[in-house]
Amino acid sequence: MEALLATNVSKRYAQHTALDKVSITIPEKTIFGLLGPNGAGKTTLIRIINQIINRDEGEIIIFGEKLKPGHVEQIGYLPEERGLYKKMKVGDQLLYLAQLKGLSRKEALARIKVWLEKFEIKDWWNKKVEDLSKGMAQKVQFISTVLHEPKLIILDEPFSGFDPVNAQLVTEKILELKANGSTIIFSTHRMETVESLCDHIALINKSKKILEGAKKQVKEQYRSNTFIVEHRGNQFALPAEKYELKKQVIIEDGLHASTIQTKGGIKGNQLIRELIDLTEVFSFQEQLPSMADIFVSLVKNEGNEVIKKHLQEA
Amino acid sequence: MNKVWLIIQREFLIRVKKKSFLIATIVVPLIIPAVIGGLIYIMMKEAESAKADTVMVVDESGQFSLDSTKNTKRFHFVALPMKLEQAKKTYNETKDFALLYVPVFDLNRPEGLVIYTQENPSIEKISDLESILEERVRDLKLQEFKIDKEVLKNLKTSINLKQINLTDTGEEKSSNSGILYGMGFALGIMIYIFVLVYGIQIMQGVIDEKTSKVVEVIVSSVKPFQLMLGKIVGIAAVGVLQFLIWIVLISFLSTGVLGYFGLKMPQKQMMEEVSKKIKDEDVKQVVQQQQVQSNVKINELLKNASEIPFAKIAFVFVFYFLGGYLLYGALFAAVGSAVESMQESQQFQFPITLPLLIGYLGLFMFILRDPHGSVSFWLSIIPFTSPVAMVGRIAFDVPGWQLALSMLMLVGGFIFTTWIAGRIYRVGILMTGTKVNWKVMVKWFMLRE
Repeated sequence: MEALLATNVSKRYAQHTALDKVSITIPEKTIFGLLGPNGAGKTTLIRIINQIINRDEGEIIIFGEKLKPGHVEQIGYLPEERGLYKKMKVGDQLLYLAQLKGLSRKEALARIKVWLEKFEIKDWWNKKVEDLSKGMAQKVQFISTVLHEPKLIILDEPFSGFDPVNAQLVTEKILELKANGSTIIFSTHRMETVESLCDHIALINKSKKILEGAKKQVKEQYRSNTFIVEHRGNQFALPAEKYELKKQVIIEDGLHASTIQTKGGIKGNQLIRELIDLTEVFSFQEQLPSMADIFVSLVKNEGNEVIKKHLQEA
Repeated sequence: MNKVWLIIQREFLIRVKKKSFLIATIVVPLIIPAVIGGLIYIMMKEAESAKADTVMVVDESGQFSLDSTKNTKRFHFVALPMKLEQAKKTYNETKDFALLYVPVFDLNRPEGLVIYTQENPSIEKISDLESILEERVRDLKLQEFKIDKEVLKNLKTSINLKQINLTDTGEEKSSNSGILYGMGFALGIMIYIFVLVYGIQIMQGVIDEKTSKVVEVIVSSVKPFQLMLGKIVGIAAVGVLQFLIWIVLISFLSTGVLGYFGLKMPQKQMMEEVSKKIKDEDVKQVVQQQQVQSNVKINELLKNASEIPFAKIAFVFVFYFLGGYLLYGALFAAVGSAVESMQESQQFQFPITLPLLIGYLGLFMFILRDPHGSVSFWLSIIPFTSPVAMVGRIAFDVPGWQLALSMLMLVGGFIFTTWIAGRIYRVGILMTGTKVNWKVMVKWFMLRE
């Protein structure tokens, strides 16, 4: 079953369209990366899922049910712009937010204790939020997001404001939550997070979804038949109609690394076959595009197309 | 509904737990009895200084016969049967106000009257004394014209207007505009202040939530409308609690202060004076007569007071108190959601409180002067002005249908403003960095769900 199924979701404002028929499928128990440049419409989509704003059209199904008010208790949301009541004590604050998500007072108290211990901040209970550092407040807010054990957790830039140690701690907790059966949506610009954590991704640009799928498949889809070969001796001549030597660097004395792209759908195996006759091969590896590469090239191309269109019209 | 209750609790508790709440709740009741005490003290001092001045009289003409039988409120006369020179000496040994010298004079041209004083007397006192003398001269002249003493006595009349309201059914009701005026005035102002003070608290709360960004987390759990409603009701509860504490403390402390000065709370005072009337029979004739007279007045006052429907007024007050607060509270919440600082809110605050101000001014200009005029009527029907206007008017016997219409309009009014405010609020709280004006707010209002 899908954790979330959005079909043709649109949101329009007087001056612009924030979302244009966006459909995404988020499989259960995965980490889903929602990518896109600033202003692409990610936050609009997230707010629609959280029922903070309404969609103009389209359908959203959460765990097999049409989106309804009761679903907010199954969702945990960490907005990009963090915020807590400054004058409230950490304990009271967590208790209040958990109760708003439908937990009983007793249940909430027990879980807050557990989580404060997990983050080793038990003695913060009576501290006011305004007395905490930014990183400390972030921890409290992260706890408030997951206290009610939501099946769907939406994290908007979850690592901003955390130092590497705490970022690691939070990563561990996120993986723990996933292992316990939660589905997690990441909205982020940080491609290293996407590379290391996400199972699925969707890319939204200019209110439209332009890419979606399992991370591996996406990478496959955007493979450029480029291979990196480490070999001894720099002289070999591959037939130019089949291969292109993109780059060659010296690794150490006599050892080179060449980046070769095949043409006309020639597979790696054939390249190896031809190389073996020409040089001494030490290693052979396909160069898969990084998520950052895919992101940048797609978003740029879109931009280029828009510019082209404008030029044509002019 | 459960979540709204949680919000109400939070809004209530964080405010009640604040030190500023505790201070305001305790200090205000201390100030009011202190002011009352101060006023009474000043009044007593004043009364002491306004004690009648003693005027010694040397009357050589023998016509004025100014002695203790001619005493007035301001002057006591002591006739000195001696020569002026000797009287001067006697006078100088006392601290009395003045020595009046009346030589033998012609009634038609009274000249040569002299007043000796130790200090410079105020012009007012002198002219008072002069008018007493003029009156004596007039009396003497009337006697000279052979007008009977009895006729003379009968020339003086005292009139005390008794006020009676004729109801539609022809029933007669005594009224006392003094009490009604005071009541309308106090209640109207209380509502005005309450709506403003607590309305601004709502606005401040909304702005805080918006600028601290916590609002996005909250509205991912509850509907913006629930949040707004919870906040408005929670703050109303704070206000009601504060008022209750004030009323209890103020009446308690005021009783103490009045007791210190040997006075009683007005109601008690009236009761006791009436009962005293019965025991006063053995008191001297003159005193008794005065007493009876004043008791008749007090009795009447008491009777009138008992005819004022306090229970009805209290109910109406609470109704308009909450209704007015809800009506304006919603508007304050909408403004709070649109702006990002109190400063920015200034431009919207005045326009939304303008109707309230009109009601407040109307209270003085129309309602208390002419409670049943057409302006008073409309001010007390239109929901934006009715909380102040109707409460100011209610003591003056408002017809039932008008009260019902006004209440209905007020309920409709706050549902209407809450609806408008809710539509602006849901958009406003998530908008940052927008320059907001009325046009933008209208646009937000028009945005579909």
